[in-house]
Amino acid sequence: MQQILPYIINGISVGGQYALIAIGYTLVYGILRLINFAHGDVFMVAGLVMVYATTALPFYVALPLVLAATVLLGFTIERVAYKPLRTAPRMSVMISAIGVSYLIQNLAFYITGGVPQPVTRPIPWISENVIILGASTKRVTLVTPILTILLVVVLVYLINHTKIGMAMRAAAKDFETAQLMGIKINAVISMTFVIGSFLAAVGSMLYFTNYPSVAITSGGMPGLKAFVAAVFGGIGSIPGAVVGAFIIGLCEELIKGAGYTTFSDAFTFAILIVVLCVKPTGLFGEKVTDKV
Amino acid sequence: MTMTKKKTIFTAAVLAVLLAACVVVDMLLPSYHIAVVVIKKATVYSLVAVSMNLLNGFTGLFSLGQAGFMLLGAYAYAVLTIPVDKRPGVYQYFDGGALKFSLPEIFTGFMGDTVGSTVGMLLALLVGGVLAALMAYLIGLPVLRLKSDYLAIATLGFAEILRAFFQWNALGPITNGSNLLKSYPTFSHATPYVILAGLMIAIIVLLINSTYGRAFKAIRDDEVAAEAMGINLAKHKRMAFIISSFFAGIGGGMMAMYMGTIAAAPFKSTLTYEILLIVVIGGIGSITGSVIASFLYIFSSEWLLRGLDSGTFLGINAPGIFKNGFRMAVFSVIIMVIVLFFRKGIMGDKELPDLLDKKARKRKKEAAGK
Amino acid sequence: MKKLMAAVLALVMALSLAACGGKSDSQDAQSGDSGNKVVKIGVFEPQTGDNGAGGKQEILGMQYANYVQPTVEIGGETYDVKLEIVDNRTTPENGKSAAAELVNRKVSMVLGSYGSGVSMAGGEVFQEAGLPALGTSCTNPQVTAGCDVYFRLAFLDPFQGTVLANYAYKELGVTTAYVLGMLGSDYDQGLVYYFTEAFEGLGGTVVAEDFPEGSANFVSYINNAKAANAGVIFAPVSINYAQLIVEAAAAQGFEGALLGSDTWDSNKVIESATGKDVTSFVTTFYQEGGNPEFDAGIKEWINANPDAKTNNGGNDMVAAVTAIGYDAYFTALEALKIAGSTDPKAVLEALPSVSFEGVTGLIEFDEIGDAKRDAAYIKTANTEAGVWDFVKVQTVG
Repeated sequence: MQQILPYIINGISVGGQYALIAIGYTLVYGILRLINFAHGDVFMVAGLVMVYATTALPFYVALPLVLAATVLLGFTIERVAYKPLRTAPRMSVMISAIGVSYLIQNLAFYITGGVPQPVTRPIPWISENVIILGASTKRVTLVTPILTILLVVVLVYLINHTKIGMAMRAAAKDFETAQLMGIKINAVISMTFVIGSFLAAVGSMLYFTNYPSVAITSGGMPGLKAFVAAVFGGIGSIPGAVVGAFIIGLCEELIKGAGYTTFSDAFTFAILIVVLCVKPTGLFGEKVTDKV
Repeated sequence: MTMTKKKTIFTAAVLAVLLAACVVVDMLLPSYHIAVVVIKKATVYSLVAVSMNLLNGFTGLFSLGQAGFMLLGAYAYAVLTIPVDKRPGVYQYFDGGALKFSLPEIFTGFMGDTVGSTVGMLLALLVGGVLAALMAYLIGLPVLRLKSDYLAIATLGFAEILRAFFQWNALGPITNGSNLLKSYPTFSHATPYVILAGLMIAIIVLLINSTYGRAFKAIRDDEVAAEAMGINLAKHKRMAFIISSFFAGIGGGMMAMYMGTIAAAPFKSTLTYEILLIVVIGGIGSITGSVIASFLYIFSSEWLLRGLDSGTFLGINAPGIFKNGFRMAVFSVIIMVIVLFFRKGIMGDKELPDLLDKKARKRKKEAAGK
Repeated sequence: MKKLMAAVLALVMALSLAACGGKSDSQDAQSGDSGNKVVKIGVFEPQTGDNGAGGKQEILGMQYANYVQPTVEIGGETYDVKLEIVDNRTTPENGKSAAAELVNRKVSMVLGSYGSGVSMAGGEVFQEAGLPALGTSCTNPQVTAGCDVYFRLAFLDPFQGTVLANYAYKELGVTTAYVLGMLGSDYDQGLVYYFTEAFEGLGGTVVAEDFPEGSANFVSYINNAKAANAGVIFAPVSINYAQLIVEAAAAQGFEGALLGSDTWDSNKVIESATGKDVTSFVTTFYQEGGNPEFDAGIKEWINANPDAKTNNGGNDMVAAVTAIGYDAYFTALEALKIAGSTDPKAVLEALPSVSFEGVTGLIEFDEIGDAKRDAAYIKTANTEAGVWDFVKVQTVG
């Protein structure tokens, strides 16, 4: 037990980080049927903003600024790159998403000079070391899963008990009918991007407190893995995404612990392919039938 | 003269001029001149872009596994052609590697130096293509049943898995693990690349104009209708996937040839995205478009726009703005503009011969106007 | 609309072509501000990507050397030296076109690169063009062994790996080592190979693992090292990963020592280690204080030059790669003097006979083209003061 405990703690923490990103994927996919390839890069930008903001400003200004900037970015991406393509074929929207991801990475490359940016002033308290059950770790490792669960509970409440939440559920169920029923579909879609980006920003702050260096490719792998988590849990389902993320996070760290470090990334994708082929709707996903 | 005949002559003439231009460039410039380097790279990208277009543009299967198939082709080429006496140096950590032969050397034994090594190199390319096709068959069994974006993400995942395998130290005696493969023979001039890629693209064009090609397009336009017309969906999708991967494998082999050294690292999803964006710039569903876009993209990114990165561009000296990465930033903005506002790309779904048509139609229109 | 687009694109291309053409013409005819003739030295270094930070520090050394000694006497005439800096973006696939770019700029000689993979890729082009190249901190034997035009200033991986293995086994008294390299990095894997060979040869046990490119989470790797009861973690990785490994080792309370290769000798790594409870040792080419005059001069220059300071990571600590860059520049000048010509062929013939005292020691080449170097400096991170402390000079054996 003492042996595998550190891996489990770390795996849960990683899972929490993936979960915060995965929700963004699952919400957007639920409504637009779009894999938002740029979501991982939004996560990375949040990290960069944090690096710059925390070096220049005190934390009580810097952290809200990171949240605001990331939300604005997510909102803008939707308005500029996805909204004009609402009636276009799905492939066009997906290409647009890839294009946005490419654009964000290249802009970040230009701004950072292509060199990873170290987080020189990590958020205090949560970046300190603690000893838990004989294993040393950063406090953020413990904070992440707790915060994740809290945020998810709030989000689920929001979706089940508020007007906008109801509108989101309606849009996810049937896009066109929802529109006919007087739901302002653009507002709903913007809202999903705002929520997704907000959570990604929170995830980003926790992630880069734990691994304090932001490279322009930092968003790619967590993004893809979070997406795999969303698919695993059943895309469109928030609890599914969260459970999926924790499972993926745990598996990944245990695989590393078992000595197969070479395949720690590959394994995640293997899970993806197996899930897609065996049960494409994932753990909690609803069965969708394609309409002709 | 009929329109078809005219078109054929027009196409042949354009191709002949291009080939001649390439031969001239080869004669005038040394093989390390940037113009030659860029032509080689653009040619390789053309082939890969066309092969991706065959799948994404003509069959409507959104696959993002291109980099994985290129990886297979590139490794097959390099592993099979490294001269035996160079192997201990290349496989420095793996006792000279597991393979103790080199295809070009086998053929030089009884065919003479030039012919033999060329045959050996071409054969290695072919092996790469066949391996990629085989792999496509295998992974196609499960993943081709998936719908659009699921297929995309599954193929993307597959390419990542493949990359990890090639870097795995246990396979080191064959793949050299994480280390470079090098010292293999390459064509130093641009013309062989142009001829090779040209031939491959010609085969793809022939395929697209055949009954199979029409079936592919029917699947793209409406799966259900195509099935109702008696097209075997599974069979044709699998075929398109395998053929596209075959050419991606050959393209990967040529990429290895162009680069001179090869490792698994560059074959990431970024490479696939890059090629996808080239296809989009050229026009989804246009072979000519993919080729033109490849050349535009490579020429500007590798050569013409380098000034954007190094301080001075168009005579404007502003090191503060024109610094590292500005080129790619400008590039990606252009790409986004194309994706959002010029969704058809440069060529739409038109081909080179169709340009004649358009002119002819215009002339007619003008005549009618008078 | 489509036609408009095509027309605009074509226009842009044509314009930029014209711009490039114009630029290169004017460059060819250019002579220095002082009216002297100009000799161009190519700088083939990464400024972006994983090795971007290290490459920039290496370039700093060359730029400072160029500032100290901007002219050279070649065949009785005074030439202004102009550095042509091209970014090879760390990776072999970009190395080739960057190398071709240098050949096109008609440089007399090339300096660089940081990192072996990209040097080998560039080497193919330099070989074809007959352009001599002087490797700086690339340490894979194959860089010079497989290429006639490549020379090198740094020590080699087999040497460095052996030195570290000896140090760990004999000085630190460690019998189990955990080694970690990046998947797909030939630099990492090469050092891992030689370290393992030497360490196992001494009778130690090695647990080797690797991580995928782009990893940020090294927690489980550190835990693996602890589980294996390793006394040292040897991680010959690039600066960014080194920082993350230091961070993770501190967070997980790893009690052994971290061993790093020449890449670790960077002020960025020391920044990460400052104030944390970690022990780390690195091998390197130069120790600050080895040449006080050089140290003082370059510090003054870095402090006077905000761009240089940014590229050096925000302070004036002298990295070993900067010293190597400085020596590379002077080696090039020596070769040009001996050659008595700016013709790359003459320079190539002159290089083997270069012999002078650089800041990193005596510089002479053996028959393969490698600098005759038999000593490595071992430093340790002083986590209180935030500086590298000199430990000892380790020679072969």
